[in-house]
Amino acid sequence: MPATGEAMNGTVSRRAVLKGLAAAGLAGCGDEASRLSIPYADQPEGITPGVPAWYATAMEFQGYAQPVLAESHMGRPTKLEGNPDSPWARGATDAFTQAACAILYDPQRSLAIRPGDWAGFTRVVMGVPAGGLRILTGTVTSPTLARQLAALTEAGARWHVHEPVGRETMMRASRLAFGRVVDTHLLLESCRVVVVVDDDLLGPGPDQVRRVRGWAEARRHGQPRLMVAEPTLSTTGAVAQDRLAVAGRRLPLLVEAIAAELGLGARRPGLTEAEKDWASAAALALGVNPGRGVLTVGAPLPAESLALAHAVNQAVGNTGRTVVHTEPVAVVPRDGEDSFRALVEDMAAGSVEAVLILDGNPVYTAPADLDFRSALVRVPLKIHAGLFDDETAALCDWHVPLAHALEEWTDLRAPDGTATIVQPLIDPVFGARRRHEILAAVMGESGAEARRIVMDTWRPFLGEPFEPLWRRVLHEGVVPGTEAQVARVTASARRLASPIADADGLELVFRPDPTVWDGRYAPIAWLQELPKPLTKLTWDAVAAIAPMLAARLGIADGDVVEIAAAGRTITAPAWSLPGQAGDTVTLFLGYGRQRVALPGAGGYDAYRLRLADSPWVLGGAGLRRTGAHVELATTQPHRHLHGHEELLSPQPEPAEPPSLYPDWDYPRFAWGMVIDLDLCVGCNACVVACQAENNIPVVGKSEVARGREMHWLRVDVYHDDDGATHFAPIPCMHCEKAPCEMGCPVNATVHGPDGLNQMIYNRCIGTRTCSSYCPYKVRRFNFFDYAAIQPDTHRYLRNPDVTVRANGVMEKCTYCVQRIRRAQIEARAEERPVADGSFTTACAQACPSRAIVFGDLNDPRSRVAALRGDPRHFAMLAHLGTRPRTTYLARIRES
Amino acid sequence: MARHPILPPRQDYAMVTAEVADVAHNPVIRRRWWLAMAAAVPLVVAFLASTGLLFWLGTGVWGINIPVNWGLAIINTVWWVGIGHAGTLISSLLLLMGEGWRNSLNRFAEAMTLFAATMAGLFPILHLGRPELFYWNFPIPSTFGVWPQFRSPLAWDFFSFVSYVLVSLAFWYVGMIPDLATLRDRSTGAAKAVYGALALGWRGSAVHWARWRQAYLGIAAAAFHLVISVHSGVAMLFAGGPIPGWHTTIFPPYFVLGAVFSGFAVVIMLAIGLRTAFRLAPLITMRHLDILGRLLLATGLLTLYAYLADAFHAWYSGDSYEIRTLLDRVGGEYAWSAWTAVTLNFGAIQLLWWRRPRRSQAVLFLAGLSVAAGMWFERYMLVVSGLYRDYLPSAWHTYDATLWEWLLFAGTGGVFVVLFLLFARWLPMVSIFEVKEELERRG
Repeated sequence: MPATGEAMNGTVSRRAVLKGLAAAGLAGCGDEASRLSIPYADQPEGITPGVPAWYATAMEFQGYAQPVLAESHMGRPTKLEGNPDSPWARGATDAFTQAACAILYDPQRSLAIRPGDWAGFTRVVMGVPAGGLRILTGTVTSPTLARQLAALTEAGARWHVHEPVGRETMMRASRLAFGRVVDTHLLLESCRVVVVVDDDLLGPGPDQVRRVRGWAEARRHGQPRLMVAEPTLSTTGAVAQDRLAVAGRRLPLLVEAIAAELGLGARRPGLTEAEKDWASAAALALGVNPGRGVLTVGAPLPAESLALAHAVNQAVGNTGRTVVHTEPVAVVPRDGEDSFRALVEDMAAGSVEAVLILDGNPVYTAPADLDFRSALVRVPLKIHAGLFDDETAALCDWHVPLAHALEEWTDLRAPDGTATIVQPLIDPVFGARRRHEILAAVMGESGAEARRIVMDTWRPFLGEPFEPLWRRVLHEGVVPGTEAQVARVTASARRLASPIADADGLELVFRPDPTVWDGRYAPIAWLQELPKPLTKLTWDAVAAIAPMLAARLGIADGDVVEIAAAGRTITAPAWSLPGQAGDTVTLFLGYGRQRVALPGAGGYDAYRLRLADSPWVLGGAGLRRTGAHVELATTQPHRHLHGHEELLSPQPEPAEPPSLYPDWDYPRFAWGMVIDLDLCVGCNACVVACQAENNIPVVGKSEVARGREMHWLRVDVYHDDDGATHFAPIPCMHCEKAPCEMGCPVNATVHGPDGLNQMIYNRCIGTRTCSSYCPYKVRRFNFFDYAAIQPDTHRYLRNPDVTVRANGVMEKCTYCVQRIRRAQIEARAEERPVADGSFTTACAQACPSRAIVFGDLNDPRSRVAALRGDPRHFAMLAHLGTRPRTTYLARIRES
Repeated sequence: MARHPILPPRQDYAMVTAEVADVAHNPVIRRRWWLAMAAAVPLVVAFLASTGLLFWLGTGVWGINIPVNWGLAIINTVWWVGIGHAGTLISSLLLLMGEGWRNSLNRFAEAMTLFAATMAGLFPILHLGRPELFYWNFPIPSTFGVWPQFRSPLAWDFFSFVSYVLVSLAFWYVGMIPDLATLRDRSTGAAKAVYGALALGWRGSAVHWARWRQAYLGIAAAAFHLVISVHSGVAMLFAGGPIPGWHTTIFPPYFVLGAVFSGFAVVIMLAIGLRTAFRLAPLITMRHLDILGRLLLATGLLTLYAYLADAFHAWYSGDSYEIRTLLDRVGGEYAWSAWTAVTLNFGAIQLLWWRRPRRSQAVLFLAGLSVAAGMWFERYMLVVSGLYRDYLPSAWHTYDATLWEWLLFAGTGGVFVVLFLLFARWLPMVSIFEVKEELERRG
């Protein structure tokens, strides 16, 4: 990694490089060019063409840091990896972070401040009296942002928070249980039993990376039991051993039953036999594993249920061992959980003179009953700062393009509290403004520089000598000593009875979308085309209903239904999802955008049915067919194993047929991969990492519907007859006896000297025989010139080490051959062997559960070679004699 | 050996010559020719349009995908090359076996072979992602220094296709030389010069005939092997991959039988069409049609046997994937293609057990049409039901051909008809000298 000083100069150097390159291009174009141009004779320090530079920084997700190392090619950020030095990330990332570079270069990002220029803007905001100013942000963990907000509040402004997938219930529960707001961290790695009541622990979210790692560690070292009760199938439910589908309104009773069995209060009547059994089993498991279990209750339940879970964990002795409370990482606004409501009420009352909406889209995401839009238009001066000119920007008087995290000087804290200084890899691409500079302008310091503002925050903390310490934290990407302090709190023994909703009609369950989240990623084509983990749908949101309900109402997948609740209706395509509770409908947030939507994106606006008081569950809903039908694009139309359970498990007799062809000889390397199906939670981080690493194009909804998606790595999802869900990442198998190599008439796919099944793009004429012969169907074909239909700005996103494929050419997973060759070349130059684990493929590097292990099978001490000796080890479709290089460890099923 | 009178009794040499050579001068026949041409030319336009769009945008204009990345193009190529087979079989095998009745049929059957094989050869090139590079299949020491991949069935397919087209062309042309000389002698002006050049100075001397006979039989022997090898090669293209429903050793004979079966069907249709439209009834007699009907029935029954053997072995293997593909074929998404194939292929031909239907032009024509269509559906079934569900359920996906695929298919039909009409107009459709030979033999 380069020294930190270079990181600061990175943007300046980039300009010099571009100038130099432009000059090189113009040389020889006439006298003027040769007179005025600057030859690229002096190479800028720290930039070697062809060798990427790496910077430690962090991306932001809901205000929290996702610490990364960012790869920069000649000043262009192209790829992010988890920061291995971050105790929170430990080198892994989630799918959203992997898409961050695509957001940076998104062609829809807003290009200019409007209606005037920056000087005009500063004049306007400086004229606002601090007392009349309101600032609306998302969750804030940034110490610098908090410092600026505190200063503004001191001057009389008021700060409010609106986060569509917010933490209000958790905060309320914390106040109920402990009397104040604390954060709760689950040490899943120490658990023998995890009891989950509607809490998607392992699903997407700002803390996913750490939780999935914890879960994977627990699975590696023991066989922790995961029990889940939830109304709709989640990632966590999919990997649970014991899952119960229950409507949301009954879940508080379940929590109370568990508490009652453990001696906390009395249970209420009304549980079914299955629910009673599940609760007893959960209570028993928690009871016999004191200090080695967790009961966690999710935000869709009332705060009282969450508070009761705190009390249960304390009573069983989990608190302090597997459940740790810390001081909150996110700054709590003055009005706490009611912060947003207070703002809307004041705006509606006409008592707000000016509002600054910093990075949010509340016109789209606000609960329907608050009527944010009508309140907003009553404010005389409305300012919006964001990446996109979105629904909120359209209603505001001013819009300021906001810098992306890769252009930003700021600081963020990861969910465990560790802070990262966010440093830019590139100057703001579209004339965007950095957030601290916007707030400084509001404070009347229009010339302030974001870097200086952030340094000022850290000067007292880091102490003297500041400059070397500052360089060090920039270099490492982690500020030592910033992790959240453990809070010594005791759960109140006060009895907490949850309100139980009445049971008429269907229950609506709201969930953030697994790939576009609350809608913030809806303009990002990569994430639109990323298959949703459980449905493999792309470009669309559906209303998930139970297969039984679908059968009863005669609803086929894609049939448009009208859903009515609380006096409002929406229409949405229906989809029957195994594991859905019978009387519930799951609605996904994030679709139905009015502005900056992508052509082809379907779905509906679930926010229109969402209420401020119960944002996650809404009873008394009605559903009826409209008779319309829409085509949905799923990458996996068949999600049932159809009796082929042997695909995912070792077979007693892997009778390998003999081969006519002689065995290969691998004198040096034999690269291979083992994927542990027991650890995979289907999170998709690998899929987006592969896309970013290998220049994989987006093809659009209609092409996906035709079966032409280009992802080299797919994560299959299967349901079996027992109702269990299975994930299986499928990259190229790199077979020893590869049918594709035999089929290709022109030697365009050949066996490499180290066992790689190589694809020679410029030799390929497109017969597609290789794909016809591939039993795993991992090959992808350029049916059109897909590379040419990517946005122009995405050219900067491309990995220069990977060929951009032409029309009519086959492609597939290469095991990231560019990384293998780089590692080999570097090892040769340094006259050392290629050490196991010194590099890995993009998918393996991103994987939060470390389910994917890549290495040299010739090296008996490599991890991948060791895993091949595991009794769970098997090759998919071994009976065909393909002898795949990519092999699997079977999932462990408790009987 | 006493021969059945296959030609009508009152034929003589002059009549035979006139019947074949004067087709172009008969006003009624000319009008029919132009009508047929008018019907075919729009299809040629469709061919050019669908090919142009394909080259402009890529194979994505078709409905193919992953996993069904071979669609109508491969189905059509197998179908067209199958049709071609009967021509070569009639010409070469029956020539070598001395079956004189072939002499009325071989010329146009060979033309059909040549044109059908050309259409068949177009599709594998058009279906390439980068069709301009098809020649990389040639085993030529190119500047790349890269040879074709000789383990690939596709490489051998390419070689056998190219040989087949070239040998068919040579066979057709060499066989036509004496007749071209006849046309030369009967024409004037520019036509005389062209026919003269094509006739290569044929004077009908005994030495000419001896040399010609050597060459003709030699090519016939080579061509006969190609009948087996070309369609076996096509079959290996499927059987070579470890795909359920494809990966079986019965495929080569299965494909060759099916090919000859469909070829006879088209020969019957063309024979009836020619003798009706171009007044060739005295040369292509009901007796010819009767023989063709029997052959169609025989090859049909052999093909049926191949179907049953294929299905039996899928079941007998006990392999769950093979069995599932078998069940998919008879009951899955594309079961219609299998059942249409079985019905069309083996329904109508059952009439041909009896003499009366065999001697009815209408019945025979419809039986031929039924088989030609049925064999197309059979190829659809084989290609699509093999690919749309192979092993991993996650990779299953259906396939629907787009308008452009259908237009291209129809377009090749148009090109075939136009080529055939040009042949009928300018070249001797029936071998004049061989029919005379047959008359001579009968005495």
